[in-house]
This record gives sequence, structure tokens and C-alpha cells, in this order.
Amino acid sequence: MYSRSSKTKKALEECRRLGLAQKILSAKAGREVQPGEIIVVEPDIIFAHDTTAPLAIEAIERLGREIADPTRVIFFIDHVVPPSNVDAATLQKTLRTFAKKHGIKLIADGVCHQIIAERLARPGMVIVGGDSHTCTSGALGAFAAGMGSTDIAIAMSTGKIWLRVPDSYGIRLEGTLPLGVGAKDIALKVCSLVGDAGADYMAVEYTGLAERMLLADKLTLTNLAVEMGAKTGLVGGGSECTKTLELDVSDLNPQVAAPPTPSNAKPVQEVKGVAVDQVVIGTCTNGRIEDLRIAGTILKGRHAEARTVIVPASRAVYLQAISEGLIETFIECGAFVCPPGCGPCLGRHMGALAPGEVCLSTSNRNFIGRMGDPSSKIYLASPATAAATAVEGKITDPRRFM
Amino acid sequence: MRIWKFGDNVNTDEITPGRYNVTTDRNRLAKCAFVEVRPDFSAGVGSGDVIVAGRNFGCGSSRETAPLALKACGIAAIIAFSFARIFYRNAVNLGLPVFVSQDIPEAAQDGDTGEIDLVNYTLTIGDKVFTLPRPPQFVIDIVQSGGVINFLKNGGTLG
Repeated sequence: MYSRSSKTKKALEECRRLGLAQKILSAKAGREVQPGEIIVVEPDIIFAHDTTAPLAIEAIERLGREIADPTRVIFFIDHVVPPSNVDAATLQKTLRTFAKKHGIKLIADGVCHQIIAERLARPGMVIVGGDSHTCTSGALGAFAAGMGSTDIAIAMSTGKIWLRVPDSYGIRLEGTLPLGVGAKDIALKVCSLVGDAGADYMAVEYTGLAERMLLADKLTLTNLAVEMGAKTGLVGGGSECTKTLELDVSDLNPQVAAPPTPSNAKPVQEVKGVAVDQVVIGTCTNGRIEDLRIAGTILKGRHAEARTVIVPASRAVYLQAISEGLIETFIECGAFVCPPGCGPCLGRHMGALAPGEVCLSTSNRNFIGRMGDPSSKIYLASPATAAATAVEGKITDPRRFM
Repeated sequence: MRIWKFGDNVNTDEITPGRYNVTTDRNRLAKCAFVEVRPDFSAGVGSGDVIVAGRNFGCGSSRETAPLALKACGIAAIIAFSFARIFYRNAVNLGLPVFVSQDIPEAAQDGDTGEIDLVNYTLTIGDKVFTLPRPPQFVIDIVQSGGVINFLKNGGTLG
């Protein structure tokens, strides 16, 4: 059950100041800023990774400037880690060499967004990253936006970035979550209601039930903000702004997004029984310890019919999963446990799909060919649905295991 | 000039697929643009050609290799009903002209030929002349410099 609304212009003027995104940017700019304004701010964290840093390095070198403040700059190696071929290794060597020369911290033990959430992000920060899912860190109350390599290069060499202050898209969650339904199901449902570009250039601000969720679940919600076109995703604030959506989750079913976009989400009942060759559990969307625990409860003592690839999102998550016996559970059920990173989500490292193969993944994108051959197919779902599907070898409602 | 027509929600995975997105070499990137979902494009695209697309062009990954590959394979401009925000910014930063238009994506057909005039901001298809929205001056300056890095090197300032 849901309802939506758009504000009149007058009401909009009243409430615009309440948005969390505008509050953070106002504090950063040292004055009250309004949506639509172009402002210049000094980000607290500026980062790129092994796919986006090489072009940023080229741009910095062409610009011929130094790094303004290396303590605010981070390079991550997470997309193809450890490198799978000479091309990847060569690009990563470029990163390592540049980082060493300029005193930039280099991190290679987890997905960038997970590491930022675990160790670096603080409420009120402005974070810009060379990755579209930078919006994930908004769960911690930071303004975090993804950008391209050239913008990141300019931020790294000047210490500043220009931003257009976004309007807010308030999403209020009501009710209580039923058994077997989690943050990923909510995020996919919201994508289907808002649409692929429904929040273009806006800050998606989750309130209500979202504010009482575990951090892991908040991160899953904000992670998918970009799949609706948003500039950032946040949890909290008082945003009854430009557009609002209220969603009562009490009767929500587990959701599965069929190809080719995350907005193509539907109740698991509508796609159950679709044969699956591979299941992926991990990524910046659902590779946290809480996600692995859910998968573990379903996979324990069972055999995975599908080729199952499990990727903890960081070294810390991996170690915790070992100490809780989860990794043993996964290996015993026949899954592959891979080193922390992004690999399979973008078809770059491990778990690639052959022509015609079908994968159900806990990641955030089911675009044509993203994980392999263009004739392969990707379905997106929660860790619970993924684990149930792994056991059956076909898309399965996780509630039958609960 | 040939028009290459695309639909809604063209994502950057389609433009530069992950497996090809392993280099910054312009020639290699040029060859991989749309190579999997639209092989006729990578085989047939010529210098000065124009992409016309629907809503939310360039959504998904922030990979700048997407506009870079399109520029490298000769695309002179992209005209879409709307753009994803990161792609739009990346294209401007690289000096690749991008235009939002409601009427051109409706009228233009794949394979149409014509002329694009980036001085007077017009697109001519057959006997029809369409007006392109004139970008803000700082965007024009960036594109005419060949991208934001050249713009800054030439003394331009942002914000």
C-alpha cells in the first residue's frame, strides 16, 4: 500500500529548508543554500577506484597540478582484486605508483562503499567518489554523491567541487516488516514505484521505519538511490519535500527485479520457478555480516543446486563470518567464497555468465549483459531470496525456509 | 551525418561493457562502444554521427569511459529526451556536446541523415530544421575548449 504527492510551489518553499541534504550542504557552505543553487564545497572524502582512478590520474597529470590535500583523498582497489589479468594489473600498478608518489592512502581490502561506511564516513560530511554507488554512505547522514573521473580529478587537485543543491524526494516507510522481508525488498519496491529516473538529480531521504533500522539495512536502502536517478540517498531528516512517497511495508512480499532494470521489481510469487544457473550473494548492496547471517540460516546443512558465489563486502565482514562459522557453512553447501570486492556484480571478476545463463544476485543492477554475455539474464533480490534460490536452483520464496 | 537512434534507459554498461572497460586507450575504447548490444553501431559509426535517444540516457555506472568511447568513435553530439546526471556531467567535462530535446527524439529515425550545426545550434534532417537548446555559456566554453581540463588549463574557473 502506498501513496504519493507533489507539493504546491508555496508549500515547497516552506519545506525545502527542512531537507537533510540541504541542511548538510548549508552547514558545509557556511550559509543557507536552496535547491537549484550551484555551490562550491570542500569535500571531506574524495575517492576513486581501480576502474575510475586511471582516467582521473590522466586528468590530474594533464592539469599539471598537485593533490590539494592528500589526507582527504583515497584510492580503492576493489573492482578486480586481486587482478585477474595483465590489463587489470597494469591499471592497478598505475594507481599504486601514483598513490605512493602523492601520499594518497590506498585501500584494497573491501568494497569502497563498505569501507567508507565501516571506518570513514561521519554525519555531516560531504563525500564525492568516482563510483555511482557513492550514495550508499548517505545512510550515515553524509552527503555522498557519485561522479565521473574528471570531476574527481578536479576535486583531488583543487580540494573543491561544484554541486547543484538537489531537491529532496522524501520516502516515508510505515508499518512493520513481515518475516522473510527486508531492506532489499523495500529498496526494490521503492525503485518500482519511483521509476528508473523518477528521482533524477534529487536527494532521496528515507524516514519513518528506515530510521529505526540497522545500519546494514539503511546502507541497502541508500545504495539503490542511484537506480532511481538520485544524486544521493539519506536516512533521516524531516523531508516532506518536493515529492513524497509513503509506503506501508506490513504486507510487502519478497521482491525480485527481473531484467533489465531494478525498477522491474515484482513479488517473488510472479517469478518463482525460473531456473537459475548462478546465485551471487555480496556486493555493496548486500555483502555485510547481517546479509551473510541471513544466507547462512538458509544454507546451513543444505546443498546449493545453483553455482553459488559469496563475496563478503570487506575484510572485517569476512573475518566476522569466519568467526561465526558462516564461511564453513557456505563452503559445505558447495558455494565459492571469494575475496572481498565487487567482481561478479559488473562481470569483471569471477562468476561471469555464459550465453543464455540466468543469475539471481543480491547486487543492484540487472542491466543486459552486465555480468557476462548479453544473452544472459540477471534477477535482483534479497540475501534470503538468493539463498533459497541457491538451494532450489530456481527462484524460490525464502519464506518456505522460515 | 547519420543518426543512431536509441530508446529509453540506455545504461553505461551497454555503452562500454565491463569486460572491455579495462583501459583508458581511446582507440580500444572506440571499438567497444555498444559492441555487444548494438554491434552494427561499433562497426558502422562514422565521424560526425549523432546519437538520438529517449529518457535517462547514460544511467547506471559512473564510468567515464562511456562518453569517452562515444567521443573517440566520432560521435559529434548526443540529443536525448533526458540524461542521467553523472553521464551528463561527464560528457560536458570531456567536451562531448549533449542536448536535451523533446521533439527530436520523437521525430528522428534510426539511419536518418542530415547536418548538425554546433555554431548555430540546429539539426537538419531532410527538409526539417530543429533548434537545439543553447547550453549555458560556461558549458559552451568547456565544450569549445575540448573539455574541462583544457578549459581550466586555459585559465577558466569553475563556480
